[in-house]
This record gives sequence, structure tokens and C-alpha cells, in this order.
Amino acid sequence: MTVPVDIPPQADPDPAPVAGETAIQGRSLGQIAWRRLRRDKVAMGGAIVLVFLMLVAIFAPLIVGLLGTPPNDPQRSLIDRATGTMLPKGEYGGMSLDHLMGVEPGNGRDIFSRIVYGSRISLLIAFFATLLSVTIGTTMGVIAGYVGGWVDAFISRLMDIFLAFPLLVFAIALAGVMPDKAFGLEGDTLRIVMLIFIIGFFNWPYIGRIVRGQTLSIREREFVDAAVSLGARSPRILVKEILPNLVAPILVYSTLLIPTNILFEAALSFLGVGIQPPTATWGGMLSDAAQYTSHLWFMFWPGMAIFITVLAFNLFGDGLRDALDPRAR
Amino acid sequence: MSTEPLLTVTGLTKHFPIRKGLLQRQVGAVQAVDDVTFDVAKGETLAIVGESGCGKTTTGRMITRLLEPTAGTILFDGRDITHLSTGQLRPLRRDVQMIFQDPYNSLNPRHTVGTIVGAPYRIQGIKTEHGIKRAVQDTLELVGLNPEHYNRYPHEFSGGQRQRIGIARSLALKPKLIVADEPVSALDVSIQAQVINLLEDLQSELGLTYVVIAHDLSVVRHMSDRVGVMYLGNLVEIGDRMSVYTTPRHPYTKALLSAVPIPDTARRQNRERIRLVGDVPSPIDPPAGCRFHTRCWKATEVCKSEVPKLVEFAPGHRAACHHPEVPGEQAEVAPDGTAISPFASPDLIEP
Ligand SMILES: Nc1ncnc2c1ncn2[C@@H]1O[C@H](COP(=O)(O)OP(=O)(O)O)[C@@H](O)[C@H]1O
Ligand code: SF4
Ligand SMILES: [Mg+2]
Repeated sequence: MTVPVDIPPQADPDPAPVAGETAIQGRSLGQIAWRRLRRDKVAMGGAIVLVFLMLVAIFAPLIVGLLGTPPNDPQRSLIDRATGTMLPKGEYGGMSLDHLMGVEPGNGRDIFSRIVYGSRISLLIAFFATLLSVTIGTTMGVIAGYVGGWVDAFISRLMDIFLAFPLLVFAIALAGVMPDKAFGLEGDTLRIVMLIFIIGFFNWPYIGRIVRGQTLSIREREFVDAAVSLGARSPRILVKEILPNLVAPILVYSTLLIPTNILFEAALSFLGVGIQPPTATWGGMLSDAAQYTSHLWFMFWPGMAIFITVLAFNLFGDGLRDALDPRAR
Repeated sequence: MSTEPLLTVTGLTKHFPIRKGLLQRQVGAVQAVDDVTFDVAKGETLAIVGESGCGKTTTGRMITRLLEPTAGTILFDGRDITHLSTGQLRPLRRDVQMIFQDPYNSLNPRHTVGTIVGAPYRIQGIKTEHGIKRAVQDTLELVGLNPEHYNRYPHEFSGGQRQRIGIARSLALKPKLIVADEPVSALDVSIQAQVINLLEDLQSELGLTYVVIAHDLSVVRHMSDRVGVMYLGNLVEIGDRMSVYTTPRHPYTKALLSAVPIPDTARRQNRERIRLVGDVPSPIDPPAGCRFHTRCWKATEVCKSEVPKLVEFAPGHRAACHHPEVPGEQAEVAPDGTAISPFASPDLIEP
């Protein structure tokens, strides 16, 4: 077939941004973002910490088997009962090679093991609660933004109501009346599932609003009109044209919602309505340590664990946002 | 060229409702397009020209049925398509395609060129002899792109190349009519001619009919057979290219023409310049009578009260004006070309 222009395409003085005509395989925006992210040292630092934390959570039994003692075993021999302070014997909260972070006052449980096991609860609840929020939020946001009209008005008001809801008070009340057995589950499993649902279900409007706004603006872009003018039906437009452009914002806000949920779970456990003792959680450890306010040392470890995890997620999330933001180019 | 119309538009009107409050009551309307009538013959190019906000895009989007007209009828190939449902429109989509104004906005940044230009086949469920990839590569070649760039993403291309991708997509289904909405206005001046050449070559090769939208008369000077001029939702003048360019009848057309650069120095010297003051008024509350009267240097009382009707001056050349231009007439404008209507708002006269 002949090229019906009098100027051959190669003579197009309009420069192509990519050098090398031989490079046939194009680079997607995702690949470009990934390259940018890899150059961001702070974000990559956050990512390394997060990978490390996930490995710790996954291999908790192995790590504790090697470096600690079972997290729920009281070791009263390590506690100074003679003077009645109930503090661990020895310097720095009883730190030793056997107890890398010392032991808890009162019952002498190994803090290192409890921190390691606590990471499981924190990450598990925060991750699945976020997944739930993102699923509900994306669905509702896309429908509101794409369908518009009264459907949008209804979903938007619903989001307002959810956002105005006193979630913490509700969570405390609900967790307080929670039965020991329900839905064929019991004990920690039941509470973990309930917490995932409570946290995840009430946080969806944050994602929902962002997705709605993004959908509204993408819907106005001309490539959507182009699809319509080719005869595309709504499901195709949603899945093929709009959703691929929502992946980046959803990814970013999920990464930023996870630390919020970690803090929320910690707060509930701190208040005694989250996961129940003796199961180790970071929030619960803070709460135990709060009985020894003159020895802030015991708050240090769970506090640091929460702080580092939340910080790592936020640094990574911010880096991800910068990497994916086309305006940053 | 046959004179049989491929597209006939009669009394085409689009009013966008303005809704306010909790109950979304309609409090007014943007009268984007009002009572526009024209036809386009098979194989010809109709240019629609007018300043920004005159309703050109809205007209184009009604023809491609991206928008539903408020009133009027659209006949395509003898068939009334004015109010076809989404389902009924699907087969029609093959015949009527659109090239969009902004090549940065009209290509999905997450799709490869192959996906973008292949979408028409997939959406319409068209089987091609050697597979979609071959068909796409043939189309890319047709518009002057390297078919090996099949797997590239839009951001890897320049503006002109992106517009070629958009053109390729619109050609994939072998349409009869293409509405090109300011196809080169977003491009560098040096690239504009190439894309216009491409459109012209494609037209003769594929026998296409074009409605080309432009905001000034210079871009479409060479490629149009007929020219329609829009002002504030109205078609104020339409006619053969030569007729409109040499003997414009509507003052607005004359003003637009005076802004077209002329290469010839001798003619440039005795040419009058007409510089319109102010912006196009709001289409929410357009001026009564002739909508141009707030900016027209010839306006009189009758222009304020009576809507001028389209009158035929030469075969196929019509204009809507109470005081149409007479060939050779000089516009009564200030020495610097500033044209001010006696009915202009006072803040325009005393800046
Ligand atoms: N979807 C819409 N809703 C409300 N007003 C619109 C819409 N689309 C266009 N308009 C208005 O209609 C008028 C004509 O717009 P348009 O057809 O885009 O003009 P042009 O393409 O000639 O610049 C403008 O005043 C514009 O603001
Ligand atoms: S009708 Fe009157 S105001 Fe309108 S263009 Fe003609 S002279 Fe000007
Ligand atoms: Mg326009």
C-alpha cells in the first residue's frame, strides 16, 4: 500500500520523544513510573522496610523459634518480685541475647516475640480492611461518576453520611457487644474478621470519593467519546477505557489507606475492644505498657513498630504518587 | 462530484439545560446550536468556521450522534438518524466517524497504538482477512505512520503523529462521512499542512465526505468545497468556497476573512482590516434579533429586533443579514480596523 502523503512520514519534523526508531516495543506509563520509582531513594527505602515487615509477619513462627520465646508464655522468673516493682530484672527492661527487646513487666513475656507476632495482626487487618474499602469504594465511585444523575446524588450523600459517622464510637460499641462465637468462627479469628469488616466497611467513602472524581474527569476525555462513536457499550467503556486510568490513583490511595488502618486497629486494641489478650498486638502492647508510665521504655518497642510501619507505608505511598503523577514529568 | 446529499441537516438545535438546586430544576439553557440547516454532498468537503464557542463542536457531535439534538432532523444517506437509540446507532457508527480536536486527549494513554486503532474492529466485531493486527498495520501505513510502532503508547509520539493515530482509528471502519473537529488547531503550524495534505489525499483515495470544523478561514481555505460560517449557534452564511471567499455577504464572514493572512503583498496593502471588539456573547442569553448586532459595525434598530433570514445571493450562497455586504464595499471602521457596534456595551467603547 502506498503512503498517500507527499511528505514521507520519516521527514516529519515534529520530533518523536523516544530516540531510536529500532525500538519497536513501547514503554507503558506503568513501566515509566516504575523506573521513576526506582530512582526515588526514600520511596525505595520505604518499600524495603515494607518487604522486610511482610517477611517478618509471614515467617513469624520461624523467627520466634530462632530468636525468641513463645509470645504468650509468662516468665515470672525474670520479674523482680522481691521489691514488688514487678519490673524485669536487669538493665534496659531485661534485654539480653535471649530476649532481644527485653521482657514485659508483670508477667515477663518476651517483647521481641510479641512484636513479631503483632506484625501479623496489624498487617493482616490493615491489608484486608483496605482491600474491602477499595473494592466497595471503587465500585461505588465508578458507578456514581459514570452513571451520574440521581444515582450519583444518592451515592454521594451516602458517602457523606458514612464520613460523618462516628466510626470509633461505633467500633467500640460493636466490638463491646461482639459474641464469642458467630458465623462459625470464634476467638481471635472472629475478632479479626469483625475488625476487618468494621474498619474496611466504614472507610470506603475515602476511596469512593477519589474514584468518583477521577471517573467524572476521565469520562469527559475525548477518548471516551471516541469509543462511544465506534459503538462501544457502557461495560466496555468502563472496563477498557476508564478502569485502566483509575489503577494509578487507586494504588496510591490504597497504599496511603493501609497505614491509617494500622493506626485504627492499634487504637481499637489499645482501647481494649480490638483483638483480646493474651494475643499479641502492637496496640494491646501499648495499652499494657501504659500501666507503667514511669517506665516509658516498654512503650518504646510497640510504639516504634507502629511508627516505622506507618512511616514506611506513607513514604512509599508518596513516592508512588509522585512516580505515577503525569504532571511530575 | 455528485450532488446527491449524503448528509442533510434541517433546523438542527441543541440547548443544554442549566439545572440548579436540590431538585435539579431547569433554570435556563445554553443555546449552543440554534436552527442550523445545511447539506453535504457525497465526496465533498464542507468547512464549518466560526470563533470559539459558536457551536461548531456541538454541531459535529450531533452529526456523529455523540449528542442528541434538541430539535431538528439529521438525514444520513436518506435515513433519519436524529433520535436513533444507542443500539440502533451501532451499525451507523461504521459510516460516520469523528476526528477529535485534541490529540493528547483523544487517545487513551493506557492503550498501545495497536489497541487504539484495533478497537474499531473489536467493538464492531469485524473479521479481517489477515487478522486485526495486519489490518491495523495497513491503516497505520495508510496515514503515514510506521506500522512497526504497533506496540508503542501515545505518549511516545508527537502531536502530529498522534493526530495521525486518531485519523487511522477513524478510517478503520471505512466510513463514508468523517467529521473532523479542528483537526490541526492543536498542532504546530509546521505540522498543520502535513495533516491537511493527508486528509485531502485520503479523501481522494477513499472517496470520503468531510465536515471539517475550523476556527478561522485560513486553515480550510484550500481543502474545502463549501464553507459554512457559524456565529453564536446560528449558521449565518453558507456557500461555495470561491463565492464565500471572494464575495462574503455577512459582515461576520467579512471580518473573519480580513484576518486571513494573504501572501501577496500588493493585495495585502489595500486590504481592509476589521478587528472585532469583545468576545462572543453568552449563549445562555444571546442578543435578540441578529445575534451579531452587539459586535456589528453596520447594525441598526431593525437588527436589534428582527432575526434576519437566510437569503440566497447566488446559487447555493446564502447569508442571514439585514444589511448584506455589497461586493467592493468598504467597512466603516476606525483606521486601525477596530469595528464597534452602535449597540456595543459601553465598557467596550470606553476601555
Ligand atoms: N455539555 C455542555 N453543557 C453545557 N454547555 C455546553 C456543553 N457543550 C458545549 N456547551 C456550550 O455550548 C457553546 C458552544 O460550544 P462548542 O460547540 O464547543 O463551540 P465551538 O466548538 O464552536 O467552540 C459554548 O458556549 C459551550 O460553553
Ligand atoms: S443583521 Fe444587522 S447586525 Fe446582523 S450582521 Fe447584518 S447588519 Fe450586522
Ligand atoms: Mg470546538
